[in-house]
Amino acid sequence: MTIKQLSVFVENRPGKLSAVTRLFGDNKIDIRAMSIADTKDFGILRLIVNDPEKALEILKENDYPVTITNVIAIGVDDAPGGLAGAMEALYENNIGLEYMYAFVSKTENTAYVVFRVENNEKALEALTEKGYEALTASDLYDM
Amino acid sequence: MGKYWNEQIECMSREDMKKLQDERLVKQVKHVWDNVPYYRKKMEEKGVTPDDIKSTDDLYKLPFLTKADLRDAYPYGLLAKPLSECVRIQSTSGTTGKRVVAFYTQNDIDLWEDCCARAITAVGGTEDDVCQVCYGYGLFTGGPGLNGGSHKVGCLTLPMSSGNTERQIQFMMDLGSTIICCTPSYAAYIGETLHEMGYKPEDNKLKAGIFGAEPWTEEMRREIEKSLGIKAYDIYGLTETSGPGVAFECEAQTGMHINEDNFIAEIIDPDTGEVLPEGSKGELVFTSITKEAFPLLRYRTRDICVLTREKCSCGRTLVKMCKPMGRSDDMMIIRGVNVFPSQIESVLIEQGYSPNYLIEVDRVNNTDTFDISVEMNADQFSDTVKDIQKKEAELVSAMKTVLGINPKVHLVSPKSIARSEGKAVRVIDKRKLI
Repeated sequence: MTIKQLSVFVENRPGKLSAVTRLFGDNKIDIRAMSIADTKDFGILRLIVNDPEKALEILKENDYPVTITNVIAIGVDDAPGGLAGAMEALYENNIGLEYMYAFVSKTENTAYVVFRVENNEKALEALTEKGYEALTASDLYDM
Repeated sequence: MGKYWNEQIECMSREDMKKLQDERLVKQVKHVWDNVPYYRKKMEEKGVTPDDIKSTDDLYKLPFLTKADLRDAYPYGLLAKPLSECVRIQSTSGTTGKRVVAFYTQNDIDLWEDCCARAITAVGGTEDDVCQVCYGYGLFTGGPGLNGGSHKVGCLTLPMSSGNTERQIQFMMDLGSTIICCTPSYAAYIGETLHEMGYKPEDNKLKAGIFGAEPWTEEMRREIEKSLGIKAYDIYGLTETSGPGVAFECEAQTGMHINEDNFIAEIIDPDTGEVLPEGSKGELVFTSITKEAFPLLRYRTRDICVLTREKCSCGRTLVKMCKPMGRSDDMMIIRGVNVFPSQIESVLIEQGYSPNYLIEVDRVNNTDTFDISVEMNADQFSDTVKDIQKKEAELVSAMKTVLGINPKVHLVSPKSIARSEGKAVRVIDKRKLI
C-alpha cells in the first residue's frame, strides 16, 4: 500500500518556492505533508497532496520538472521511541532508506512518517510484521 | 652569452629583413602550391599563381586560411611534406571539430625551439640558469616548446609539466630554479601557495618568468612580479603556426617581438579582410615562411591586436605586437584553454539537456572561474538529490573530455535562460583583462 508523492525541481533562488506554492493555492491543491531536500543550486520539493494527478498536470503545464514517486506512510506512537521501532524494522531487514519526513495530524497520539525506500514491498512486509499499518491514499487525503 | 640569441636576425635592418622575408615567401608559396592541393585550389579560386607573388608586397593577393579550413582539411589536408619526413605532431585542446593537428619536420622543431631560445635569452637566460617548465607537456605546445628552447640555451631544464604545486615548489626551492615558464594564472597560484607556506618572495632564486597561453593584464604582471620577486614576461604563439615563441617579450616589457624571419605578421580588418596600415587595430594574420610540414599562409588568428615598428630600447628591430586585446570570434581562453560555446552546446544536447545555457567567466584570485548554468528538464529530473548529482557529474565529466577543463555546472529552472532567437547572450565574461 503506497501513496503518490510529487517531487518538484525548484531552483535555489528567491521567489521560486513562493511561486510553486502559490500555484497550488490558486488551483485548490491541499498540501498534506512536505519536505525539501536542498543543495547549493537547487532543491527537490516533495509533497503529499490531496489530488496528485491534478497537481502533476498543473506543474507540467507550468514547466516544472516533476515526477511522481510511490512512497510509504505509516503512523507511529507520538511518544519517545515511537519512530525507533519502525527504523529497526527496516534495519533488521536490510532495507535502505533514501529519505523520510514526518508530520503530525489532528489524530491524537499519532505521528506520521513518509518513507522512500529501495524496495516498497519488502519494507511494507517488514513494517506490517512489526504491527505498523501503512496508510492508504484516502486515509491521508481525508486526514 | 650575450643578450640576444641570434643578434644578426634579431637586430637586422628593416631592409635586410624584408629581403629575407621576400625570398622566403616566394619559396614558401611555391612549396605550398606544389604540395598542398587544398591551398592550391584556394589560390586558383582567387586567380592567383606563385608567379604573382614576387615579394611580401604581394602577400595581400593570397587567400586567407581560417580555423574552419583547418577543420575541413583535418588531419592531412594541409600537410606539405610526406609523413615519412615528419617527426612530431602537436595539437590544440578540444574535440568537437575544433581540434587542430600540426605536423613538424625535424627542421620545423629546430626553428620552433630556436624561437623559444630567443625568448629565454631575452629574459636573461643563459647556460647558468635553471629553467623550470610548468606548462603542460604532451600534445599541448607549451611544455615541449619551452623545453626545447631551454635545452638550446643550455639551461638546466626541469620538465615539471603543470600541476602538483607542492612538488613544483619543492623542486624550485631544492634545485634553485631561476626561470619559470607557465600560464600567468598558474604563476599567480604558485606565488600564493609560496606565501601560504610562509615563504617570502626573496626566499626563492627565481629572477624571471615567461608566461603565456592565456590573456593577462598589467596588474596581474605586477602582482606576479611582487609575489615571486621576479620580472614577468609575455610570450605568444599558437599551435597552428608552431607554438609559443612566435613572439616574445624583451627587457622593455612593452609588447612582444615577432620572429619575423619565420613569420610575416599582418593586421587586417576582420570584416572586410583588407590589410590595415601599421599602427591600426585589427585581426592578426600570420604567414609561416620557414615551416616545411605545416606551412600556413595568411592564417587568421582571430586575435585583435596592434603592431608597432617603433624603436625598442632592447635594440631588437623585430616588429612588436601588443597583448591581444580580444577576439574577433566567440572563442574564449579560460585557464589557458580555448573554449568555444558551440562545444558546450553539443555536449548539452548529447547529454539530453536543453541547449540553452549561460557561461559566466570571471577571474578570482588570479584564477579563471568557469560557470555554466544549465536548464533542468523533465527527462533529467529525478526524485533524489543523489541521482541528480550523479547526472550532473556525468555532464561535468563530458564537458571536461571535450573542453579539457572542468566547468562548474549549475542546474536552473527550465526556460529561465533566454532563448536563442535574436541575439541571445550566451557568455558573460567578467574578467577585466585589458
